[in-house]
Amino acid sequence: MIHIRNVTKRYGTSIAVDDISLEIPTGEICCLIGPSGCGKSTLVKLINRMLEPEGGRILIDGKDTRDFQPELLRRHIGYVIQNVGLFPHMTVAENIAVVPQLLSWNREKIEGRTEGLFRLMRMEPNQYRDKYPRELSGGEAQRIGVARALASDPAILLMDEPFGAVDPLNREALQAEFMKIQSDLKKTVVFVTHDLDEAIRLGDRIALMRAGRIVQYDTPEEILAHPKDRFVSDFVGADRALKRLSRFPVSEFMKEPVVVKVTDDVDAFLAKIREEGKTRFVWLLDEQDRLIGPVDSRHVHRPFNREEDVMEANCPAITVRNSATLREVLSRMLGQGVKTIPVIDDDSRLVGEISIGEIEKVTEEAAFEC
Amino acid sequence: MLTSSLKRIVRRSAGTILLAGVFLYLVFDMHPWNIFLRALFPEETEWIYPRAMLIELVGEHLLLVAISSVLAVMAGIGSGIFVTRRTGRAYLQTINDLTSLAQTFPPVAILALAVPFIGFGFKPTVAALFLYSILPVVRNTISGIEAVPTHLIEAASGMGMTRRQILFKVEIPLALKVIMAGVRMSVVMNIGTATLGAIVGAGGLGVPIISGLVRQNPAFVLEGALTVCLLAVITDRLIAGIEDSSF
Repeated sequence: MIHIRNVTKRYGTSIAVDDISLEIPTGEICCLIGPSGCGKSTLVKLINRMLEPEGGRILIDGKDTRDFQPELLRRHIGYVIQNVGLFPHMTVAENIAVVPQLLSWNREKIEGRTEGLFRLMRMEPNQYRDKYPRELSGGEAQRIGVARALASDPAILLMDEPFGAVDPLNREALQAEFMKIQSDLKKTVVFVTHDLDEAIRLGDRIALMRAGRIVQYDTPEEILAHPKDRFVSDFVGADRALKRLSRFPVSEFMKEPVVVKVTDDVDAFLAKIREEGKTRFVWLLDEQDRLIGPVDSRHVHRPFNREEDVMEANCPAITVRNSATLREVLSRMLGQGVKTIPVIDDDSRLVGEISIGEIEKVTEEAAFEC
Repeated sequence: MLTSSLKRIVRRSAGTILLAGVFLYLVFDMHPWNIFLRALFPEETEWIYPRAMLIELVGEHLLLVAISSVLAVMAGIGSGIFVTRRTGRAYLQTINDLTSLAQTFPPVAILALAVPFIGFGFKPTVAALFLYSILPVVRNTISGIEAVPTHLIEAASGMGMTRRQILFKVEIPLALKVIMAGVRMSVVMNIGTATLGAIVGAGGLGVPIISGLVRQNPAFVLEGALTVCLLAVITDRLIAGIEDSSF
């Protein structure tokens, strides 16, 4: 639990953080968001005492941060910055081991921890351990940045626009991975971002800041459904119903797909489907359960012919990963003009399907709340 | 890691080792000199400086260079680091100006000024060389450390490194290449300038040069000058080897 109590920070005459009070519950992600210069980065740096406030107190689990030596305090608070800040003269493993080294852990303990963190980031230790940061891609470097912040297993993680410099595709992957990690580790996270979609997707709570003050501090659902004032509603924008969809992971809404394998008797299966009349499209899978493409049960040649009857060509365009959100699903549907799309896992195996009906149910609930 | 970088140094410096071998041979065996200089200046009667063995002169020369360079490197890196610290930043301009002054003040003039106070010989020469060679070390230390990106300093500090740890674990390792380039420039310059020591009786490879000048014997001048050149080139390459092996 982080308690920020009446904290004020000035730079010369300008006021960066103006009498802010905020409580961040243990195990939650609090996203600080706002226009640039609103004081969100300053607030984060006040927590690990990279900056000292002019007034107010900050308590971590009831203990005043001023009672600790700043360096010692910081070794127990994970810190991730936008430029990653990996040290170019150290290998990846040495970078991860920086804080454990500062804490004088013994070698076996450091090696074990480094190994574990590579695994957590789903990176092969032997492949990455001795590489230098310049040999990593942007996404890999960012993962190592997060791993380094987690090295001493701190209860609190401060992240200052950690995925800001990554391209949109990689950013989504990193966000999804971070959510997966967070669901296991349950760190108390203060996450600075200027990307509202990111805040909505990741935050348990969002603190919307403006000119050194917090305008609204609420769950993403509340901020989207009940913006407190004009500034907030302008900030979240007219498409807030759409934005809200990124709160919902597709994996929670997808249904069991109707599938047929290439090795099965496809004709018999399709005949049965036509007879039942419940669905029209079925998904054709290969021997490894990977998706080949959709088959329209009404318009198949008899006997079934894979070249003619499977719409393989547009299959990648209509497929979403199971890490996607309903917002991506809807965008995919609108873009491709389809009402039902398949959901695959990381190994391209079909794990479900989702149709526009499910999304409508979610948006109807939101409309009702509003 | 250490052995692999050692191997790399050895591999890269194969040419330097060869050059050093040639140099050592030429320092001990005067026959090639005799043949070469005799062919170049047939009208002279003497071709090798007779009053001291070349190896002695090289020894004196190296001692002058070593002591003045070690002092210059220590003082240069030390003050360079000091003025990039929070407490020393106020002195940045002063140190910059002082080292520029030392660099542009002619070493001969320093010698002439120093002799009345500390006498002839070794000491005034070391003082002159020290002052003359401190600038590249200071300048490169400052620019090397200032070139370390601020976000790395911020990351280091955010992870809980103390200022001292940031200096030794982040700033110096990252600036090392630039600092070493300054050290190299300083030492190589010193090897050439140390010939001035002969004027005030400090010995070294300037001795045959001055003697050749006085006795109008170009063979002596060339003996001293060529040895200085070889020494400078070898040292330059040796330090460059260390430079490359740092990050």
